[in-house]
Amino acid sequence: MSKIRLATVWLGGCSGCHMSFLDLDEWLFELAEFADLVYSPIADVKEYPQDVDVALVEGAVANEDNLELIEQVRERSKLVISFGDCAVTGNVTALRNPLGEPEPILKRIYVETVNSLNAEIPDEAGILPPLLDQVKAVHQVVLVDLYLPGCPPPAGRIKAAIAPLLAGEAPELSGQNIKFG
Amino acid sequence: MPRQVDLNEMATKEQQLQSSHRCRVLCCSSTACLSSGSGAMRQTFEEGITAMGLEEQIQVVPTGCMGLCSQGPVVKVHPKGEEEIIYHDVNPEIAKSIVKQHLVKGEVDVPHMLSADIPFFTRQTKIVLANAGEINPERIEEYIARGGYQALRKALSEMTPESICQEILDSGLRGRGGAGYPSGLKWNLLREAKSERKYLIANGDEGDPGAYMDRTIMEADPHRVIEGMVIAGFAVGAEHGYLYVRAEYPLAIQRLEQAIRSAKRNNLLGKNILGSNFSFNLEVRIGAGAFVCGEETALMASIEGRRGQPVLRPPYPTKRGLWGAPTMINNVETLANVAPIIERGAAWFASIGTASSKGTKVFALTGKLKNTGLIEVPMGITLHEIVYDIGGGIPGGRSFKAAQTGGPSGGCIPAEHLDTPVDYESLRALNSIMGSGGLVIMDDQDSMPEVAKFFMEFCMDESCGKCVPCRTGTVQMYQLLDKITQGRASAADLALLEELCDLVKNTSLCGLGQTAPNPVLSTLQYFRHEYLNLLKEGVVNHA
Amino acid sequence: MLTVTINEQELRVNEDATVLEVARDSGIDIPTMCFLEGISAFGACRLCMVEVAGTSKLLPACATKVAEGMEIHTDTERLRSYRRMILELLFAEGNHVCAVCVTNGACELQDMAIDAGMDHVRYNYQYPERGVDLSHDLLGIDHNRCILCVRCVRTCDELEGAHVWDVAGRGKDSRVILGMDEAWGSVETCTSCQKCAYACPTGAIFFKGSSVSEMQHDPAKIRFLANARQNKEWLR
Repeated sequence: MSKIRLATVWLGGCSGCHMSFLDLDEWLFELAEFADLVYSPIADVKEYPQDVDVALVEGAVANEDNLELIEQVRERSKLVISFGDCAVTGNVTALRNPLGEPEPILKRIYVETVNSLNAEIPDEAGILPPLLDQVKAVHQVVLVDLYLPGCPPPAGRIKAAIAPLLAGEAPELSGQNIKFG
Repeated sequence: MPRQVDLNEMATKEQQLQSSHRCRVLCCSSTACLSSGSGAMRQTFEEGITAMGLEEQIQVVPTGCMGLCSQGPVVKVHPKGEEEIIYHDVNPEIAKSIVKQHLVKGEVDVPHMLSADIPFFTRQTKIVLANAGEINPERIEEYIARGGYQALRKALSEMTPESICQEILDSGLRGRGGAGYPSGLKWNLLREAKSERKYLIANGDEGDPGAYMDRTIMEADPHRVIEGMVIAGFAVGAEHGYLYVRAEYPLAIQRLEQAIRSAKRNNLLGKNILGSNFSFNLEVRIGAGAFVCGEETALMASIEGRRGQPVLRPPYPTKRGLWGAPTMINNVETLANVAPIIERGAAWFASIGTASSKGTKVFALTGKLKNTGLIEVPMGITLHEIVYDIGGGIPGGRSFKAAQTGGPSGGCIPAEHLDTPVDYESLRALNSIMGSGGLVIMDDQDSMPEVAKFFMEFCMDESCGKCVPCRTGTVQMYQLLDKITQGRASAADLALLEELCDLVKNTSLCGLGQTAPNPVLSTLQYFRHEYLNLLKEGVVNHA
Repeated sequence: MLTVTINEQELRVNEDATVLEVARDSGIDIPTMCFLEGISAFGACRLCMVEVAGTSKLLPACATKVAEGMEIHTDTERLRSYRRMILELLFAEGNHVCAVCVTNGACELQDMAIDAGMDHVRYNYQYPERGVDLSHDLLGIDHNRCILCVRCVRTCDELEGAHVWDVAGRGKDSRVILGMDEAWGSVETCTSCQKCAYACPTGAIFFKGSSVSEMQHDPAKIRFLANARQNKEWLR
């Protein structure tokens, strides 16, 4: 049996979900027997590869880089999992949404709260990906196949989502496994 | 003791006054015509007539609505014993020439003349609006001269509460506010309720976009509403009534209050009405701008001075209503039908209309039509007759697409159902409703998803915010409709919209939410292709 | 006594009981949000809607009295789907960020979403900009987390008799207000009894100083207080 091509993706989030993923500890060895990690912020892969079987997407869609990447992920992956509250609901990443467009927020961060005479919003190309007007949950941008809420989802919950996939079954999450926060 | 009034004597005196003039110039002074300048028109007539020294011969009378609102200001010249002539779009210049040509020289060859026998007028049957445009609503004498308060006299002197309720039941009168509940049944419910205090409320909180039937009735013939209420009060055993009118109707409020004062002066309201043992007090209560206060439990909360939001029924108002007492709420148009029924009998009323819908219905006819305005038609008339005969057809060479009945609670009726008779059951069978009487005509250029969006925005803004499905479901539905009309929506969005329609319809607390999805459901039923044409392929899919 | 059936189970019940009361007495759970034992029924959240044979209308269990022979279903596929949708609507309406909420883990809204199997929200998040009032010495309100169940309004009016809370605005702009729409700290009629904080189902009303996941409500205290005098229970 060929191994599952697994990717983990980091959009607008704090990487806590990835930390929780690493909390799977020794089960990661078991996972490695069934899956190849073909793309991940913890692996040195520049381009999102083709023919990914399962993609765990952490974080919300907050900027244009996120948007570009998630579209690529969707196009090149069979199963997309919204991984953690930021991906599922926007969560902390989306706390800026009620404040409206990002301009005043950037100004607050880069200018108003900086103790420097020439503080300015960085606008050189390639430094800061332009923020989207509103942060979006992943499923508001692309089709999502499975939702794995939690901030972060505890390791056991991640296992409950992935283990059935390795056995070729569809996971069914319920009860505490779908708790937000 | 209020003075004893002899209705016949008052009527005779007024008739003599009127026939001492050779001509009556009836100037429409409804909100619609006043807004298009009928105040200046009337002044021109009065000044012109005085300048010619004709004020002894010609009477200038401000009246209520004559119906043809799109062509206002409208004036009706009625020479004694002759055919009346109607003029439309009468500005002061035209008014001057009418005085010079018609009133002085007797020549009727003036521009803007309309014959009274065009279908707009001849196809109507006027019961509720019989006095509209014929009398000065601010003079009780004119109402009495046309038989006003005779029904009340008859009810108090010749009938019993039981027989009055039976008469209303036999007439087949149904609630004109939209739901169509048989009025006689409601009256009996309150009559049979055991309580020392009972209340009667006239619901004049008309709020559907484009609808102004009740406003017109209250402005044009306030005494007819008052007479209906006093009869109803006697029949059901209520001694106190409220006329709940929305604040956006200042002229109606002013005329009602004026009418209440003159009815009191003439012993037609207050203690021992017309010398009987029956006393009835009536007060106007003014709404504060919320559509939801047309819902009866919210309306009562508003009268009590509380936040106007609906409460759970049962108990129904006839059991536990205003300040905990049994209460009956009737629509203004329903009450305006009462006096004619009592005066002329249930059989007469039941002879008009269809098997299950009796009498007439007033409609505010708006949208893409040559003649728009206020009409009263017998139940059972077809939409085709309303659109093409009374309305004069669709202007600009366009074709008829749909008629929206029942406003934000109703639905649309497409061209293939133009021959449907207008009655409660037939409209319901098409998934629309009679509603309170708004009738909006759309032509082939109108987008039905846009129509649905318009009404959804209205419901969203007017939701009281109490129950979750209505408060926030309408917001989501509005945003989905907005997305669809902008061509940004997917098939999944449409599915989400339909699912929300089902939720909001079935789980909302009051009629506002329960019917808010109707314009969407109805336009989807008949014009689904218009929605599908707007969908974008392959965008976000909510799996 | 009357006989009714709930989910095919035949029950002998008191005549003036509501559907919700008889269901809960028999161990049948019907989800509720605006309902709170001890104060009047409000019928606004629509989560407790049940199906009753013979009527096409759904009825709110909290405010529907039982009648002889009533056949009630509380847990059909249709009702479950409506409940999930109502919860999704609530989550989309406010700013409910469980991860940073004082009541994370002790929130009725969060728990109900779990029970309803709501693993994501399909509707458009509204991200309203609502305020937070921290002007009271002991208590705070974060309007972003308010679901307008008005348990605070009814508790304050009916149990404390202070009627400090009420609702202003309409539709999506509805919000609970204090006093004459003042800052909480300046409302002289507030007795600081804290019943509103016990009654609140979400993290909207909280004890000041609570951090994430630290705030515990106590809705059962409302029931206790409402019945204490009658039951002659002076301590809990």
